[in-house]
Amino acid sequence: MSPKSVLLWTMQAALFWLVLFVPQLVVFLVVNEPPTWELALLVATLVVGIVHTAVEPSWRYRVHRWETTPDAVYTLSGWLNQEWRVAPVSRIQTIDTKRGPFQQMLGLSTVTVTTASAAGPVEIEGLDHEVAQQLVVELTNTTQATPGDAT
Amino acid sequence: MTAELPAAPEFTEPLTEWHRLHVRMLIVRPLNEGIAMLVPIAVLLITGNGEKWRLFASGVTVALILAFSYFIWRTTKYRITDDQVELHTGLLTRKQLAVPRDRIRTVDLTSKPGHRVFGLSAVRIGTGQQDTPGTDGLTLDAVTSEEAERLRVLLLQKTVTPRAGSSDEPGAEPAVASSEVISQLDLKWLKFAPLSLSGLVAIGAVFGLLSNYADDLGLHPVQDLWEWLFEHPSFTLIGAFVIALAVLGLVLSVPLYILQFWNYKLTREPDGTLRVQRGLLTTRSVSVEEQRLRGVDIQEPLLVRAGKGAKLAAVTTGLGSKGESNLLLPPAPLSVAHEVSQDVLKVADDPTLRKLRKHPFAALRRSMIRHVVPWVVIAAGLAIFAPSWAWPIPVVILPFAALVGWDNYRSLGNALDDRYLVTRNNSLVRSTVALQRTGIIGWRIRRSFFQRRSGLMTIGATTAAGAGVYHVTDVGEADGLALADEAVPDLLRPFLTEG
Repeated sequence: MSPKSVLLWTMQAALFWLVLFVPQLVVFLVVNEPPTWELALLVATLVVGIVHTAVEPSWRYRVHRWETTPDAVYTLSGWLNQEWRVAPVSRIQTIDTKRGPFQQMLGLSTVTVTTASAAGPVEIEGLDHEVAQQLVVELTNTTQATPGDAT
Repeated sequence: MTAELPAAPEFTEPLTEWHRLHVRMLIVRPLNEGIAMLVPIAVLLITGNGEKWRLFASGVTVALILAFSYFIWRTTKYRITDDQVELHTGLLTRKQLAVPRDRIRTVDLTSKPGHRVFGLSAVRIGTGQQDTPGTDGLTLDAVTSEEAERLRVLLLQKTVTPRAGSSDEPGAEPAVASSEVISQLDLKWLKFAPLSLSGLVAIGAVFGLLSNYADDLGLHPVQDLWEWLFEHPSFTLIGAFVIALAVLGLVLSVPLYILQFWNYKLTREPDGTLRVQRGLLTTRSVSVEEQRLRGVDIQEPLLVRAGKGAKLAAVTTGLGSKGESNLLLPPAPLSVAHEVSQDVLKVADDPTLRKLRKHPFAALRRSMIRHVVPWVVIAAGLAIFAPSWAWPIPVVILPFAALVGWDNYRSLGNALDDRYLVTRNNSLVRSTVALQRTGIIGWRIRRSFFQRRSGLMTIGATTAAGAGVYHVTDVGEADGLALADEAVPDLLRPFLTEG
């Protein structure tokens, strides 16, 4: 996991809270004699937003892990709620990489490994481009070497 | 074509030229889909006193429906080649669907009343693919019932014995070999009908439909009723209403059970499929490739469970859970469900009968909190913001919520035998799933903030079949990991040292 992902998560969290905060601020400034609960909500949004943006990314960074072996792909993600996902290489169906705008800015990629289950893929977030490329090639090779239709 | 083909008519060569859906669909589609439109049209005509625009509007509606179904029929064609089933359809957006024949897992024949009058059937072909829900497989709506039956045999037979037509062993085991009946409708099962609450659901549906029409006519009975109730809150009236609803639900549930499950029959076909047939007006026949069956799910809705009953569903690829297409057994005695489960899975003892390991005490605490706290919050909210008669309602519900929480904990359990992982969840619809261990294609192990504090985890076994993931809820950390490790050896092992 690239240390830059802390920055990525910080940007994402900050953006999320800004989207919540700015409209409230505008309303608060425009309306004559805004009610007190509006002020309370505004302050609450600000405080929770700042704490969340400050704490969550580094907490997340300490939790997140990923690993691949010749037999399986493994991730641990989350912060308050944590989730391990394991998928055997023999059951992999597709391997994708994707980059959001923030990720492109920071040179990061997400590798998504899908199996035949509808219950959600294994996602490895916040990898450096080169690491991600390498991982995809590696996984593709091992997957192709495994027979069967993976269901 | 060889000179000597076996007599069985099912073994005709695959079609390679294009076929259209049956021309009778021109009438059937408007019949099935347009029945809902008939009422407003009639209302328009009757209340219109012969006003010209109303007549005109109804005429245009009918014409549009007919034109629409004509275009659907005109633009839809299908063919079955050696390798795949192809379907071309669509007027504005042309769609070309193709399903490889070796990926076909299920065939589902459905005839609604409109279809049956004209001897037609809709054929839905399911594959295991589940990338985007609802796009799995393809549907031919509709062909003649004989053609549907022929397609069912043809499409499923290929997956078991490739090239059956290649006259290698002419009389080996023709498809006419008799099918083995596993289970059949027993009229005694009707006693579970009132317990399944299907009557209430039906009342809800009919009520929704009627109030829709009422809205079209400018009446708002529901709203009026609510307003009236708000002004004259009366517990006797509400009580009477609830009782009337319950009685009506009970009365309706029996004909509904008959409607859905008449002629229910579960058979094992000679081509290696399990086939469920059922229905009085709308008939269904669902065929599931046995090899793809990954397990069973014994479902016990609360009241049905109280009457020692259960229904059985298949855990398999290629079937949505929509419209209960995965149903193997309608609400029936629990012992029958276990028998059928044992027969279907071809095992000596039904894995769902295995003694389940209990989950730790902390799971009870979590279950109680999850079920009780929401009602406390609602009661508090109502006490502050609503009229004073409102807040006792959630308070009355509280003891029931607590009971459900307790029962939910009692339901939790897991077991493992040499072939199946068994897990039980939920209280209102208790579900005991036996999932083939070889069908598990990964793990999702979740620990929420509170679970970590209590040393619990929820283990999800992901699979290509059924719901995609089956959970072992709130199991102790060490037990859970041991279970997962044992169920699929070597998958989790390399990572366990870190935990």
